Formats: sequence, structure tokens, C-alpha cells
Amino acid sequence: MAVALFILFLVVITVLFHFLSPWWFTPLAADWGSMDNTVVLTFWVTGIVFIAINGFLVWVVMRYRHRKGQKAHYEPESKKLEWWLTIVTSVGVIAMLAPGLWVWARIVEVPDDAAVVEVVGQQWSWSFRFPGQDGVLGQVDIALMDVDNPFGMKPDDPAGRDDILVHSPELHLPVDRSWKFVLRSKDVLHNFTVPQFRVKMDLVPGMAPYIWLTTTRTGRFDIMCEELCGVGHFAMRGAVVVDEAAAFDDWLDDWPTWQQVMGRAAPDVAAGQGAFAVCAACHGANGEGNPILNAPNLTGLPAWYLERQLLNFKHGLRGASGDDTYGAQMAPMAATLPDAAAVRNVAAYIDALPDVDPASTVDGDAARGQDLFSTCRSCHGHSAQGIWSINAPGLRGTDDWYLVRQLENYRQGIRGAHPSDLYGKQMNLVSGMLRNEQAVRDVVAYINTLE
Amino acid sequence: MAYVALADRDHEHHLHDPQSFVTKYIWSQDHKVIAVQYAVTAIAIGLVALALSLLMRLQLGFPDTFSFITPDAYYQAITMHGMIMVIYLLTALLLGGFGNYLIPLMCGARDMVFPYMNMLSYWVYLLSVLVLVSSFFVSGGPTGGGWTLYPPQVILPGTPGVDGGIVLMLVSLALFIVAFTMGGLNYVTTVLQARCRGMTLMRMPLSVWGIFTATILGLLAFPALLVSAIMLLLDSVVGTSFFMPNLLSMGEVSDHNGGSPILFQHLFWFFGHPEVYIVALPAFGIVSDLASVHSRKNIFGYRMMVWAILAIGIISFIVWAHHMYVSGMNPYFGFFFATTTLIIAIPTALKVYNWILTLWRGDIHLTVPMLFVIGFIFTFINGGITGLFLGNVAVDMPLSDTYFVIGHFHMVMGVSPILVIFGAIYHWYPKITGRMLNDRLGRIHFWLTLFGTYAIYLPMHYLGILGLPRRYFAMGDTAFIPDSAHAMNMGISIAAFFVGAVQMIFLYNLVRSLTHGKPAGSNPWGATTLEWQTPQTPPKHGNWGPELPVVYRWAYDYSVPGAAQDFIPQNMAPEDVPKADPDYRGEEGEHV
Repeated sequence: MAVALFILFLVVITVLFHFLSPWWFTPLAADWGSMDNTVVLTFWVTGIVFIAINGFLVWVVMRYRHRKGQKAHYEPESKKLEWWLTIVTSVGVIAMLAPGLWVWARIVEVPDDAAVVEVVGQQWSWSFRFPGQDGVLGQVDIALMDVDNPFGMKPDDPAGRDDILVHSPELHLPVDRSWKFVLRSKDVLHNFTVPQFRVKMDLVPGMAPYIWLTTTRTGRFDIMCEELCGVGHFAMRGAVVVDEAAAFDDWLDDWPTWQQVMGRAAPDVAAGQGAFAVCAACHGANGEGNPILNAPNLTGLPAWYLERQLLNFKHGLRGASGDDTYGAQMAPMAATLPDAAAVRNVAAYIDALPDVDPASTVDGDAARGQDLFSTCRSCHGHSAQGIWSINAPGLRGTDDWYLVRQLENYRQGIRGAHPSDLYGKQMNLVSGMLRNEQAVRDVVAYINTLE
Repeated sequence: MAYVALADRDHEHHLHDPQSFVTKYIWSQDHKVIAVQYAVTAIAIGLVALALSLLMRLQLGFPDTFSFITPDAYYQAITMHGMIMVIYLLTALLLGGFGNYLIPLMCGARDMVFPYMNMLSYWVYLLSVLVLVSSFFVSGGPTGGGWTLYPPQVILPGTPGVDGGIVLMLVSLALFIVAFTMGGLNYVTTVLQARCRGMTLMRMPLSVWGIFTATILGLLAFPALLVSAIMLLLDSVVGTSFFMPNLLSMGEVSDHNGGSPILFQHLFWFFGHPEVYIVALPAFGIVSDLASVHSRKNIFGYRMMVWAILAIGIISFIVWAHHMYVSGMNPYFGFFFATTTLIIAIPTALKVYNWILTLWRGDIHLTVPMLFVIGFIFTFINGGITGLFLGNVAVDMPLSDTYFVIGHFHMVMGVSPILVIFGAIYHWYPKITGRMLNDRLGRIHFWLTLFGTYAIYLPMHYLGILGLPRRYFAMGDTAFIPDSAHAMNMGISIAAFFVGAVQMIFLYNLVRSLTHGKPAGSNPWGATTLEWQTPQTPPKHGNWGPELPVVYRWAYDYSVPGAAQDFIPQNMAPEDVPKADPDYRGEEGEHV
């Protein structure tokens, strides 16, 4: 008896939970209301079945529970009843399957007027490529990928010349347009998911699966990787910003074509040296850093990382959080560099400076730090040497006190606070594994032991 | 006169009785001992998997709290939890445990037809478990590539356990499959060849039908896993490229070229989907028998139930790619696999109807096994229904890889079969040990487990609809995830700890009842099937004493009109059935 009432209770709870719980689909930002409708239809059909069958179960248990002298009915089968149940079930199944397949037919057929954008996934970030004027994406080759050609573009493919390379995890799209997303992975499986778009698909190395959708409203939406892609999976985030058409055009204009990237002159180290005079005031004439001024050693950092951080400072992606006192000092300094070319030059100059080994100042349990570092090394490398393709800088050339401060800033969300600092966000997520300041010191103490 | 095997001739019989402790309990060839060995090993490793799930829930419920849970440890925990639960607990316990115990007893055989191979099967299984466990102790720890072991990432740096864990995982799987094959060939051959006189196929209890069909599925499906494990091992160790295309790893171009990650997924799920039914069909069979015994009524639609088991078994081989709707395979496959998947819902639904129709107009004894049957029916309806969402390709797309999937497969493949396993243990423990499990503890165990597991998994579906992705070490501050979702995740973790703790009641009951349980007698539930008709309880080696049983009827003669008792054992000749007092009118009229 109690069990029947309990099942009834669970059914009631389930129905109430369905209607009262605050969690439902995120508001759509793509023209896939038909997908939501099939889900709602499925809820209705199965919900009625759920209540009906469990209701019958509850009634049966209450009605036929053992009482003294009761005897069960003897009826091995009832063909008629079983046929009826088969037919009714089949009708219910068809009622869900038919609309589902109808919607699927729309999902797999990309309309002719859909514009193409390529989504490139890698451990553990996103980048994007537009086909440019000709509407054709140029060929790529894994073997060609390096720090100057992260997309692996083929220099001799004319179709690739006008491709626009968005080397950032933030994609902008214009509203009210249909887009075909061609999905490409550089390394392992990933999955391109924007919850507000509903459609999602894996990225498979060696293949180019696709999805398509029509954007329906402006806004900023998270890109989530939804196929386990290694230890950084949960931190593989990006953003889609759906803009008005004009804003989108402005944004796209800021990204170079492959032709422009190829034609870019080598950085002017001499000019960089001139600009470095400002830097030297705090960071020292040889970039060795000055702890008294809270200026870290710069000599061990790769040019691409210096360049990105300088641009972040310059554009307010870093140092803009009110709590980041030292970052706020750096922001006006970076602003003295007039343009991206100047940033490249000074980064190239610093990169060329001889490495100065920083002194160890942080105490911590290096053995404990080694355990923690098992996660860090997936991006920063076994000996913390840094891995360009993962956008992870080397950690050994930097002062340990600076690492501690930055890890604390990441942990507390001081660094990575700007929504467009998606690499910083990644460290916000990962540094959460360092549960307290001691853990930070332990892992830095271990990094100090690395050669 | 039919041929009688040498081992079955009376005067030969004693020669086969094990003499020493070692041959009786360790190197035993007795299916009942092997069954217990399988069950104890499976439950032991299952407890490891339970602990891993609690580790995972600690992180999800209380992110930023526990310093011993790094992302590496988290991914290792989810991977090992999944693999252990699916393969080393559920498959081993249902087939190696219940299959071994029930097939010979229910079919009226003295043992499996290849007892030596049966013994080997257990020891190789144990070896596979030990190899698996050893991966926790090698440098780098066990693999953290997810239980589906998808290449390329599972064998590349950036995933925990690439140093040795993945190799041990694959070797362990290969050993498990060897063990399963030795056991499986035995189960199939025993069912086909060693049934006692009168036990036609259509008189077999549904437990045997479920286990038998599941074993055939296993024998056909596990080879796909074996070849994919071997090929993945070669890719990992030797550097072949079965599943590995050219790619960039840790900033360097790999030497691999030309392999297909999708091929692995097809092979894996060609095994993986039948695997769902390798677990489900024995549970379906067992729950049918429990429902029948404890409602004192024949199973409703026996023939339909048998055909449904066979239909599900066959169709289960052509639905696998519904796990791959968003894998990047040709999207036109979606039409075919969605259709086959929803077709399989029909025989499955019929089984649910028939379980409830078995209770209908019955005489339902709300024993502990019956409570678990009712709990199972509820959870299975729930898990089956959400399967209709995920099987329908357009509905699946927004839900795949979210908490909805976690909720679905834990309801349908975790909670449901485990409720059946609990019910089955409460049901057969008296035969296995000769003593009853404590009834009060059993009831407490049931109530708390059903309530607790539902509190875990019901909310997960809705978090999945919201869009929470699975396999995330931390959600972080993500715009579309409100604080309430994080709070719910904490609530789910608390429920998970509650359910984990409740299982200690069950373990205590299992151990204590061995010595303190009420003596059971030979047939405490009044069941018709042969295992309850053995001359001794627990059954001795050879099961039946000098004479094999002879079967006169199907397995479900409960409450037969005109019979004095409300059950007629399968081996009772028609002329021996005690007749009801012809003057007795009783209360039968009320049900007509």
C-alpha cells in the first residue's frame, strides 16, 4: 500500500517539477523553434504515457495487494489486449517520430543562400575563418601549421588568399542571416555547441561536418565544447556575438586576410628597441624585471604571448578590472604603442633579448606542486616550456612571485574579468583547481624546480 | 532410452564431488560457487566505482573546495566509474553471477556443460579486474579519456593516463572479453543442450530467456569491442593509424595519417548499444520472474515476452549510431537510426505493459523483492521515456552531451537494472545461503534507495535541457547557467552521498544474514521454478541428488484454478497436483 502511494507521490513530484522548476531551454537565438516544438510534443506524448502507466500501476498495486483469502486470476495471455497495446504504442511512436524526421530533414539540408564560416577547434580553444570574396575556403594542411600559420593555410592555393583569419575564440555574426558552419578540428574530437542555437555537431580531424542556422537576435552567447577533448575540455570556451550587420562588417574588417598575413613585413626589431625605452623604466634595461616596482622579468616569454598581452592591455581586456592595481599601471604604458605593428616590434625585441634566469623567492611544497602540475602540463608542457599551439606561454622565464600573483588574480577573477579575454577566462576555470593560496605556492615551487 | 552422460550416471556421481577446501571454494568448477565468486568480485569493484562517482559528485556539488580533486583526477574518476559500472559490475554480475547461478538450476542441469572452462572464465575475469585496478597505481594513473575511449584524444598527451593507464585499460578489456566468451559459450550451450527432460524452450523461465539472449548478444557484440581495443592498442603502442588521422598534438605534427576516429565510434557502439541490452535483458527476465512469484500470478503474455526479448535482441544490432547523431557521421544516417531506435521502443513498451498486467488481478505480496520490482517498473518507465527523446534524432541534437543524457542512461541502465539486481538478491539469497535477508533492513534499503536515486536523476534531465554539458570539471561563471543550477548540482551531490551511504545497510544485511538470517527452508516464496525444488538448500554439488528433475509444465503455474496450493512446481506431475477441496468456494468470485 505504502509503495503504491509512494509511486503516486513520485509521479506528482515529477509533474510538479516539470512545470515549476526554473530550468528550461535557453531563449532561442536561431531559427530552430521547430526543434523546441518537437521536444515539447515529445514531452506531451510521453508525459501522458508516464502518468497513465504509472497511474495504472498505482491502482493495480492498491487494488490487488494481498489480503487474506485472496487468490490471483489465472489468465496466461490475452491476444486481443496485446494487439491493442501494440497498435496504440505504435501510433504514439509514429506521432513523435514523424515530426522529428521532418525537422531533421530541414536540419540536414543547407539552404543555398547560407553564407559559410569555418569553425576551427583545437585543444582547447576556438578560431574561425571566413571564405572572403570568392566564397570558397582555401585548402589547409596540418603539416603547414606553425606559429605564423596556425590555420595551416596553403600558400599556393588561390582560393585561400582572400580567406579572413579570425585568430580568436570570439566570433561575430550578423543578425537575420543564414550561416553554414563548416567544422574542422586540428587535433582531437570537439563539439561546437551554442546552447541558444540548439544545433550542435562534433569536429572531427580529417573531416568537415556541418550545421546551419539563421541568427534571429543580437546578443553574446557562450560556445561550449561538448565532446570530451582532454583535460582542458571544460575550459574550451568561446563566444558568438550576434551583431547588427554594420557592426559585424566593422569587426570583420579588423581581421587580416591570408594574403595580408603572408605579405606582412618581418617585425622591425630596431623600432621595437626604441619603444622599449619606456618599458625599461620598470622592467629593466635587459627586460630582467624589478620586483620593487612589481615589474616581472620578460625575457623568457615568447613574442606571440607578449604581443597578445600588450594588445590586451592596450584594448582594456587586461588591467581594466578595478581590483587589478598593477595591471592598471600597465594599461597606459601599453597605450603608448600606437598600433599593432608597434606592438609586434617591441614584442620581437623583447623576444630577442637574452634570457635572464629569475631568482627563486617562493616557498612551497614542490612535491605537492608536482601532483597539481599534472594538469598544468597538458597546456604549458612537461617542463613548463610553453606550447604555442595551445596558446600557453612558458612559465620558467617569469618571476615566481609574479606567477603567484597572476594565479591569485585568475583564481579571484581579477584577471580574465573582461568578457572578451577568453584565454584569461580559460585560466579562471583551470586555476579553480588550486583551492587555496598554499596550493598556488606549491605549484609555483614545483615550477621553480624545472629546468 | 536417452543417452545419459557419464557424469550423470549415478554410480559415477560421487567421483566428481570436490574434496578439499581449495577445490570446493577456490579452484571450484561448481557453477554456484563460480557465481558467488563472480558476484563478490563484481560488487567489490562496483564499490570502487561507487566511490569514484562520489568523488565526482564532490567536485560538481562543491567546486573550488577539495584540493585532492584535480581536473586529471576528475576525468580519471568519470572514466573509470563508467567503465567499471557498465562492464565489470553490471555485465559480470548479471551474466557471470546470475547467469551462472540460475541457468543450470532453472534448466534442471547438474552444472554448466564445460565446468573447467567456467572456472577459467572467472579467473580470467578476476585477472581483468586486477589489471584494471593496477592502472590506478602506474605512473600517470588510469586513463581519463571518458569511458567511451574515443581516439584520438584517449591516446594523446593532454589526456590523463596516456603513459600506461590506457594500455592497461585496453588489455583489461581484452581479458574481460576472453573471460566473457568462455562463460558465454557455456551459458548458451548449457541452455541449448543441458535442459532436463520436459524443459522445452517455451517452458523456460524468462530469467533464463533474458540471460540466454543477452549472452548471444554479448558473443556477437564483444568481438567488435575486442578488435577496436586491439587496434587502439596498436595505434597507441606501435604507432599504427587505424583511428588516427594526421593531426597536431602539443604543437607538433603527429606521425599518424589516414585513420578514422569515426570508425572507432562505429565499432565501439556496434558493441556499446547491444551492451545496453546485455545488461537490460537479464534484468527484464529476472524482473518478470520476481513479479510473477510475488504476485502469485502467471506472467502475462509469456510468449509475447519471449518474442519481445528476441526482437529487442535482434533490433539492438541496428540502432547503434543513435549514439552518434552529432558525431559528424553522414547526417542522413539519422533517418534510418532514429526509425529503428523508435521501433525498438515498441517491444520494450510491451514488456512494461505485461509486467503491470502480471500484477493486475494478482495477489500481490509486498515482499522486499516485489518492492524492488515496483520500483524498477517506475524507474524503467521514466528512463525508457527519456530514451524516446534521445532516440529521435532532431530531439536528441539539443540534448546530446548534456546532463539530460546522464539522467537518461543512469535511470535506464544504472538505477533500473540495479534495482532488479537488489530484488534478485533478496529473492535468491535464501537459496544461495539457506538464510533469509533481514526484511526490515531490506525495506529501509528499498525506500531510501528509490527516493535517493530519483532525487539525483530527475533534476539532471532539466539541467540538461537548460544546457549543462556533461564531463565538465567546472562550469565557472557561464552566462546561461543561473545560480539555481549550481545550487541544484549541490543538492544532487547530497542525494548521491545519501544513496551511497544507504548501500552500506545492504552490505551489512548481506554479511550479517549469512550467520544471523532466519533459516529459509527450501522454497520460502512458494515458487514454481526448478531452483526452488532442489533436494538440499543450498543446493549441493550436482544440484539434484541422484535423479535429474523432469518438467511437466511451464514456469508460471501460479493460482491455477482447482489446485489446492497457489503454485505448482514445474517438476510436479499432473497426477500429483493436490486438488482444491471441491466444496471450497472461497473468495474467488470477487475476482471473476
